[in-house]
Amino acid sequence: MNAAPALKVIDLCKSFSGITAANNINVEAADGDIIGIIGANGAGKTVFVNMITGYLKPTSGKIEYHGKDITGIEPRDATHVGVCRSFQVSQVFMTMTVRENLLIALAIAKDEGKAMLSSPRSPDLVAEADRMMQAYKIHDHADAVASTLSQGVRKLLDIAMAVVANPKVLLLDEPTSGVSVGEKFAIMDIVIAALKEKGVTVLFVEHDMEIVERYVDRVLAFYQGEIICDAPPAEALQDPAVIEYVIGHDHAPNRIPSAETANAAVIGTESNA
Amino acid sequence: MLQILRSDKTVRWTLFGFFVLAVTGNFMPTWVQNNLMFGMARGLAVLGLMVLWRTGLISFGHALYFGIGAYAVALADKHFGISDIFLRLFLAMGTAGFVGLCLGFILRKYRSIFFAMLSLAFSMVLYGVLVKVEALGSTDGFSVSATSILGWVPESKYTLFCAIIVASAVSACMVQYYLKTGLGALTTAIRDNELRVEYLGYSVAQAIHFKYVISAALAGASGAMMAMALGQVDPDSMVNWTVSGELVFITVMAGPGSVIAPFIGGVVFEFLRTYAFELAPHAWQLIVGGTLLAIIFFLPMGLWSLLERIWVRKGSSS
Amino acid sequence: MQLLITIFLDGLTYASYLFIVSVGLTIVFGVLKILNVAHGAFYAWGAYAAAYAITYAADMEYADWIGFVCIFLAAAAVGVVLGMIIERVILRHMYAQDEVLIALATFGIFLILEDVILLVFGVNPYFAYQPMALLGRIPVGGISRDVYSFTLMALACIVAFGCWWGLTKTKWGKLISVVIYDREISQAMGINVSMVYLIVFVIGAGLGALGGAYVAPTLSVAPGFGIDVIVLSFAVVVIGGMGSIPGALIGALMVGILRAVAVHKMPELELFVVFAVMAGVLIIRPEGLFAPAKARTI
Repeated sequence: MNAAPALKVIDLCKSFSGITAANNINVEAADGDIIGIIGANGAGKTVFVNMITGYLKPTSGKIEYHGKDITGIEPRDATHVGVCRSFQVSQVFMTMTVRENLLIALAIAKDEGKAMLSSPRSPDLVAEADRMMQAYKIHDHADAVASTLSQGVRKLLDIAMAVVANPKVLLLDEPTSGVSVGEKFAIMDIVIAALKEKGVTVLFVEHDMEIVERYVDRVLAFYQGEIICDAPPAEALQDPAVIEYVIGHDHAPNRIPSAETANAAVIGTESNA
Repeated sequence: MLQILRSDKTVRWTLFGFFVLAVTGNFMPTWVQNNLMFGMARGLAVLGLMVLWRTGLISFGHALYFGIGAYAVALADKHFGISDIFLRLFLAMGTAGFVGLCLGFILRKYRSIFFAMLSLAFSMVLYGVLVKVEALGSTDGFSVSATSILGWVPESKYTLFCAIIVASAVSACMVQYYLKTGLGALTTAIRDNELRVEYLGYSVAQAIHFKYVISAALAGASGAMMAMALGQVDPDSMVNWTVSGELVFITVMAGPGSVIAPFIGGVVFEFLRTYAFELAPHAWQLIVGGTLLAIIFFLPMGLWSLLERIWVRKGSSS
Repeated sequence: MQLLITIFLDGLTYASYLFIVSVGLTIVFGVLKILNVAHGAFYAWGAYAAAYAITYAADMEYADWIGFVCIFLAAAAVGVVLGMIIERVILRHMYAQDEVLIALATFGIFLILEDVILLVFGVNPYFAYQPMALLGRIPVGGISRDVYSFTLMALACIVAFGCWWGLTKTKWGKLISVVIYDREISQAMGINVSMVYLIVFVIGAGLGALGGAYVAPTLSVAPGFGIDVIVLSFAVVVIGGMGSIPGALIGALMVGILRAVAVHKMPELELFVVFAVMAGVLIIRPEGLFAPAKARTI
């Protein structure tokens, strides 16, 4: 294939006053790949996502999107280009309804902002919003104010809003964190199905190995700012380094993940507490 | 645009209400006319502040643009003899808007208390200049000659009264239209979650800058109208931080609920002031301060929310 | 040369009174995270209370030095009474709110207090010159200056030292430092944050009142006394860093000297220069000259 890969990361590095959060990261993702990013807290997963989407500027290295250099661009430019993300803590407009959230997102995304000069409630935007709510199965909550939603529904809204700009590369930061066990698989089913249909390249950060096993084509394992394994799940989850530094020896059930910190924490094996 | 406006209830009520006001104004005693004039003139500035407030920003320094508008009229009158209302408004809004554009580049990066303080600082810079420079009138200020309209000098203030009403109605409708577009919806979006707006692909700084310029131009128009209505300008009643404080007070008292609210708030403020001065000349500030506290504690969405509640109750009982 | 001395001494005098007033504002901001617009009212109340007491004492034919006692008593009384009432009745219910909204509420309190002054003290100005007259004048470098202004400078030094010593050497000071750092953790550790807030607010109010009280003998205390001081102390606090006491000192010195230079050399710039610097500092280094540089998230 001669086409440039959907996403290519070359020798990406990031340090925060002496602490290395990313050390020579090299990744290639083709169109339609579904990739799981795993690693203990502080391993550098969110820093990686933040750099690709422009929230953090890398210290050195390159990020390419379909051959185009997007290193160090602003988040809104990343969105315009086609690289979008969802958030570990859902970032939605709390005082607006689900429908209004999507209408605003659509108004901004359409025609690079020209739709902003007319009402967000125009018929084609409303139809599009309805379609998206159906696809993500949040239609029942269309008129509910975002602050009243359950975590699961809010996550779906967050992801739906990230998809509004029709990205070719989508990064999901812990899409099932904070979501009840019953809802986790439901959410991933909905999301992955909707995205596979459009051929979107998806990279998502996840702590739950069951989810990783079920949905991904490839696994990227992070440890102390480096990628220690880049392989299909069957292989990756048996890799000794991955077992040592990420999964833990007894395959302990998933703990509620805490927010990433920029400092590389002292990493040990995930304890069995 | 006309589609949105024609179907909008607020626009219809606004036009109707202002029309009634204009007609009945002819038969009102002068002091009532004056209060309405001053109240609605101030309402223009409050309209701009309301847009900023909806975006999550409160400016403690809008007296800057109010003062620029007023002094632009006064200076143009003094040095160039300009008395035409359209020219005056154009000058006032243009100058204020231009300054807003320039300062907006800096202010758009600030939020919360820093935004408030920096806007205060800018307004006090102007105050400092006006108060000390003789050529600009110093603390006494100077007078403004009567306003003309395309050459005709009206005898009574009624014409100016109608002009202010028209200006208010037009601004209210235009802002209403603005709020109904996607750009207007951004106000609440930015207030709710700036990060998300950026990630959706819109520059928050640019959006805030635009709203800031609108509010500056509106405040400039407000100051100009005030100067014309009063016939006089001076730093203490137009540029001092207390003026900014009054404008913010009216904004909070009126509430962010509707584009008509700022004008109702402005008028209520004027009448309150007149009555307070008559009843207890040394308790005016006490009343304002007490009202401000009461609103913050008990009616945070302002008087408009009270009116809405009464409306709803009437509607549901009928 | 004489002009330089005059400028220097004028600047120091001005800086001294600005510091005493502003340090209260900055302390309250640093601990309670509130921009207290009503601080100007404490200043005015301090001045009125002191002027009233001094005039009363003079009428009663007490010795002139009693005037000094009046000043400090007045400041303390205003600080304690007004400070406690405002903090307990109004502010205590607002700590969870947006900081700009709280500032607006303090603006409301300011307006109320300004009018209560008129109701309590009347509209006529007070001129309580006795303490200043008592100390007489002294020649410095060929110019005759009030001794009183030097005592003002001394007072500023005492206040500065007192704040430093109080914060670093006493138990309460250490508690306050912890509360500044993080209110919730302090509470979790068992510190009575509510009491700390009250005490800090009262001290801040008292210092503001002290500034007004000590300045009262030097001018005519009339309605509207606090309006100009508020924005000047904002400027000082912003320039030095909101919440920083050494910042308030440097800010006061800068504003004081700048103003003195302007007054003598280019009077039209007197106010302009102060607020231009305030705007400049906010643009270049918003946390102020002395707050530690933080990465801005905006």
